[in-house]
Amino acid sequence: MTALAPEGTGAPGRARLAARTLRSDRWWLQPLITVSVLVAFIVYSTVRAFENANYFAEPYISPFYSPCITTACEGNTFPELFDGPAFLTPALYILIVPLGFRLTCYYYRKAYYRAFWLSPPACAVAEPHAKYTGETRFPLLFQNLHRYFFYAGLVFNVILTYDALLAFRNAEGEWFHMGLGTLVLLTNAVLLWLYSLSCHSCRHIVGGRLVHFSRHPVRYKAWTFVSKLNPKHMQYAWISLVFVAFTDLYVRLLATGAIDDPRFF
Amino acid sequence: MSYEANLRVWRGDADGGELQDFTVTVNEGEVVLDILHRLQATQTPDLAVRWNCKAGKCGSCSAEVNGRPRLMCLTRMGTFEPDESITITPLRAFPVVRDLVTDVSYNYDKAREMPPFVPPERDADGNHRMQQIDVERSQEFRKCIECFLCQDVCHVVRDHEDNKPAFAGPRYLMRLAELDMHPLDGVDRRRLAQDHFGLGMCNITKCCSEVCPEGIKITDNALIPMKERVVDRKYVPPTWLGNAIRRRRQ
Amino acid sequence: MADLERHDYDVVVIGAGGAGLRAAIEAHERGARTAVVCKSLLGKAHTVMAEGGIAAAMGNVYPEDNWRVHFRDTMRGGKMLNHWRMAQLHAQEAPARVRELEDWGALFDRTPDGLISQRDFGGHRYARLAHVGDRTGLELIRTLQQRTVALGIDVFMECTVTRLLTADDGAISGAFAYRRDSGQFLAFRAPAVVLATGGIGKSYTVTSNSWEYTGDGHSLALAAGASLINMEFLQFHPTGMVWPPSVRGILVTESVRGDGGVLKNAAGNRFMFDYIPDYFRKETAETEEEADRWYTDKKNNRRPPELLPRDEVARAINSEVKADRGSPHGGVFLDIASRRDADYVQKRLPSMYHQFKELAEVDITAEAMEVGPTCHYVMGGVEVHPETAAASVTGLFAAGEVAGGMHGSNRLGGNSLSDLLVFGRRAGTAAAGHAASAPAAALSETALAEAETAALAPFGRQGGENPYTVQHDLQEAMNSLVGIIRTAAEVEQALERIAELKVRVQALTVAGGRHYNPGWHLALDLPHMLRVSECVARAALERQESRGGHTREDFPGPREEWGQLNVLCTLFGDGIGLHRKPLPGMPPELAEIFEESG
Repeated sequence: MTALAPEGTGAPGRARLAARTLRSDRWWLQPLITVSVLVAFIVYSTVRAFENANYFAEPYISPFYSPCITTACEGNTFPELFDGPAFLTPALYILIVPLGFRLTCYYYRKAYYRAFWLSPPACAVAEPHAKYTGETRFPLLFQNLHRYFFYAGLVFNVILTYDALLAFRNAEGEWFHMGLGTLVLLTNAVLLWLYSLSCHSCRHIVGGRLVHFSRHPVRYKAWTFVSKLNPKHMQYAWISLVFVAFTDLYVRLLATGAIDDPRFF
Repeated sequence: MSYEANLRVWRGDADGGELQDFTVTVNEGEVVLDILHRLQATQTPDLAVRWNCKAGKCGSCSAEVNGRPRLMCLTRMGTFEPDESITITPLRAFPVVRDLVTDVSYNYDKAREMPPFVPPERDADGNHRMQQIDVERSQEFRKCIECFLCQDVCHVVRDHEDNKPAFAGPRYLMRLAELDMHPLDGVDRRRLAQDHFGLGMCNITKCCSEVCPEGIKITDNALIPMKERVVDRKYVPPTWLGNAIRRRRQ
Repeated sequence: MADLERHDYDVVVIGAGGAGLRAAIEAHERGARTAVVCKSLLGKAHTVMAEGGIAAAMGNVYPEDNWRVHFRDTMRGGKMLNHWRMAQLHAQEAPARVRELEDWGALFDRTPDGLISQRDFGGHRYARLAHVGDRTGLELIRTLQQRTVALGIDVFMECTVTRLLTADDGAISGAFAYRRDSGQFLAFRAPAVVLATGGIGKSYTVTSNSWEYTGDGHSLALAAGASLINMEFLQFHPTGMVWPPSVRGILVTESVRGDGGVLKNAAGNRFMFDYIPDYFRKETAETEEEADRWYTDKKNNRRPPELLPRDEVARAINSEVKADRGSPHGGVFLDIASRRDADYVQKRLPSMYHQFKELAEVDITAEAMEVGPTCHYVMGGVEVHPETAAASVTGLFAAGEVAGGMHGSNRLGGNSLSDLLVFGRRAGTAAAGHAASAPAAALSETALAEAETAALAPFGRQGGENPYTVQHDLQEAMNSLVGIIRTAAEVEQALERIAELKVRVQALTVAGGRHYNPGWHLALDLPHMLRVSECVARAALERQESRGGHTREDFPGPREEWGQLNVLCTLFGDGIGLHRKPLPGMPPELAEIFEESG
C-alpha cells in the first residue's frame, strides 16, 4: 500500500482507493524473473566480452566473437580487418549490433520497461513515476530505428550460420564431420533466425506495410509466414538469448579443456 | 450447489467512497454481474452498475475485479474460491459517477477527434470490390466492443491524468491502424497518429492486449504495425533528418 | 422549472440502435438539426446482439436472387400478415442500404470476386445475408456510430425519455427525459420525434433481450395517441442457451444451422424431419441425405428442416422437450462439432465459440450445445405508414423493432437488420421533411411540471415494494402464461396478474437519490412494461388461431378469416382497447408472385 498517486489513480474525480493495486495474485513474479534472467545474461556476457580468450576451439567459434574482425583473433575464421587497441576485445565491436537489435526489439522493450523501469510493473499496478512521455523523446525516440538493427542483425545471422556450417569439419579442417558442438552452433543459428524472422519490423517490411495483400501474392505469403512466427517472438527472444550464452559457454568449456566435444562422425 | 460469497464492493461518488462488505448467495454457473444483480434486488436497490447484454457483446459492464479490469458478465464466480473475498471496484482510470459506474467520456471525446473514413468512388456497378485477405486485418480490430478496458488499464493515462489530452489510448490508436489498413480508405493518418493521438507514448507493454475480452491482439497487430507505419512516414533517416533541419529553420 | 435542461431540435430520435442512428444520419443529411437520445452509451444498443447478417437480395452469391424472391420469402415467413408495401419496400431497398454501409467504412466478409459475401438463413430461398462472421450487428452499429460521430450529430447518452409531449392539436411538440447519471431532467422541443426504441423482451424471464427492451417506445406511442399493431406476435428464437441458468436465453445464432449445425433430441435423432409443415413441405428436404447435400449443392437439393422459419423450429423444440426427449437441462442438442471441423467452426462462428467457452465452459468444436427457445423479438409495434414510417400522431415516426407491420406474424432471420436500415432511413427522411414544414409548438409548462412530478413520485412514497420484485413477478407471469404456447385461460390469468401489478407499481418506493439509481430507473420503466405486456396479452386473447409467433393450444392452426385481420391496440384511460382492422389489399402484380411459386 502506498499513498494516493495524485497524477494517476488518485487523480481528482476518480474513485477514492488508497491501494496501488487490488490485484491479489503474484503480479511481481513476472518482472522478477525478467530482471533475474536479464541481469544474469548481462553479467555473464560482460565478463565474457572482456575475457578476450577461450572463444575458439577448432572448429567452433563462440557467437560472442564472430565475426572476429580484428587481427588479434584466435583461429582462422574470418578476414581480419583491422588492429584495435589491445584492451578492446573483438566482442566489444561485434556485440553492438545484436545488443542494439535486442535493445530496440518490441518484445524486449516491453520486458525491460516493465521489469526495470516499472512502467508499469504489471497491468493495473501503478507505476512509481510522476511524469511519463513514453517513446516520444530522446533517447527512447531512437527505438524507431529498430528495423535498421534488424537488417544489420541479419548479417550476423548469416555469419553465425556460416560458422555452424564450418562446424561440420573436424579439428584438422576436413569436411563432413560432426560433433555435439556442431549441433549447438546449428541450433543457435536456427534460434537466431527464428528470433529475427519473427520480429515485428520484419513482419512489417516483408508485407505488413501493404494495404492490398491481394495485389502482392508473394509478399502476402511471406507476411503470413512471419505472422505465424510473430506470436512466438517472446519465446524465441528468451530461448535464443539463453542459448547464445549457452553456445558461448560450450565453446569456452571446450577451449579451456574443461570438457571434450563428443564427436558423432 | 449454492454458497454465500463475500463481496467487497466500492460504493461512493466523486466526493469519496469506500469498499463495503456484503454476503451474497451464489448459484452454479453464475458470473459476477449476476451476483451484483442479486445484491441490487435484495440489499442495495440503488447500487449503480452499468450493463446491457450480459453476454460479452456490448462491453458495458466493465469494472475491476480483484484489481483486474474485466467484463463482469464474463467473469465466472467459479474462478474464485468460495471463501475468497472478491473485490469489485469501478474502472480506476476514469472519473467515477457513482458506485461501479464511471464517466467514460474521455473515450467518446477521442472518437470525435478521429478523421473519418474516406472511400473512393464505387465501381460502375455500384459495388466496392475488396478481397477477403485485404479486409481481414481491419476486421479483427472491428471486433472491438468498446468496453474501454484497454483504455482503463493503459498506464499512460491510468497513472498520468495529464497525458489524457495528448494520448488517445489503445482503442483509438487501434482505430487508426484499422483505417490505415482499410483497403478503401484514402487518408494518410500516420503523422496524426504520432503527433496528435500520441502513438509515441505507447511503450508496448501489452496490458491492453492482456485485458481485451475479445482477444484482439491490439499490440502485436495494431499498435506495433502502426508504429512501423509511422517509421515509414517519419523516421526513415533521410526523412527524419530533413524534417529536423526544416523544423530548426522555422 | 429552473433546473430543467432545455434543447431545441428539428428531429429528436429516441434510441441509438440501427434504426435510430440510420434515421438520425438521414435527417441530418437532409438538413434537420438532429439529436439522438439513448438510454445506454453510444454503440451499446441491442443491435450489437444481432449475429447472422443483413438480408438483402444483392445476388452476389446467387445471381437468380432478386427483390421479388426476398419479398415472397418475407411474406411467406410472416404467414402473409405483413403489410405488403413495407415488405416490398424492404426487399427493394435493402441492397442499396447495405452497399452504402461500405461507403461509411463497414467491412463485410467477401466473395472470391471481392463482393459482399452472403450466407444462408432460415426461410430465405437463397443465401442472402451480408455478414461479418457472426458479429454483423456489431459491424452495423459501429459503422453507423462512426458515421454519426463523423457528421457531428448530437447524442444524448444515458438519457431516458419518459414522456412524449404534444401540442393542443395532438401533434408532437417534443419529449421529456432525465439523465441517468445525474437525474437531471431535460426537455426537448422538436416538431418531429422518431421512435427507435427496440422491443419488449425484458418482460419475459427467458429472453435474449437486454434491460433496455422495456417496450418504452411502444408505450410512449400509445400514450401519445398512436396505435400498436400485431402485438400478439412474439418471436421465440428457437436457439437460446439453456445452461447455466444465469445465461439462459442468450442467443445462439441461426448461422450455426446455416453453416451445417443440426438439431438432435436426447435419442440423437434429427427430429426436425418430423415437424415439417405442409406449407413448407415442397421446399424442404425429406431425408437427412438430401439435407446434407444441400450445403454443397443448393440447386439440386432442398433445404434442411433445421432452417425452417423460426416459429416452426421453436415450436418443434418445445414439443420435443415437453415429450421428455430433451437434453439434461431442458433443451435440445445443437450439434456442429460432429459435422464440421474445428477450424471451420472457429472461423465462421467466432463469437459463438467464445460465448460458449466463456459462459458455459463448452467447446462447441468438440461437443453439442444445449439450446431452447428464448423470447427474442416482437413483430408487433407502432402502426406506421409504409412509405414514411409515420405513426397516426402528427410528427411521430417509428422505425425498427418498435414499428409494426413489416414482419407480419413472424420475422425471418436477417430481416431485422435490413428493416432497421430501410425504415430508419425512411423515417429520417420523413421526419426531416415534416420538421421543415411544421415548426415545433411551444412546450406546455404544465405538462413539463407534471412529467417531473410523475418521475419523482417513487421517491415520495414510503414503505412500498422494491421495483425488482415487481419486475420479477411480471416476467414470471408473462413467461409462463403468455409464452410460446398460449391458452385463453392462461392469458386471462396473466391479465389478472397484470392488473394486480399495476396497483403494486403505484406504490413502489425507491431507496437512494437521483444519481445513477437503477432502482429508480426500473421504477420508471415498469409502467411501460406493464402497459405493453397488457397489449400482448389482450391481443393474444383476441386472436383465436395459431399463426407465426402466436400459438394457441385451444385454437391450433391458422384460420382463414384471421388471415385477413390485424389486431390493433390503443390506450383508453389506463387500459388497452382493441379493434380489428382488415389487411390492406395487395396489388395484383405482387399477388402474382405467390401464384407463380405456389
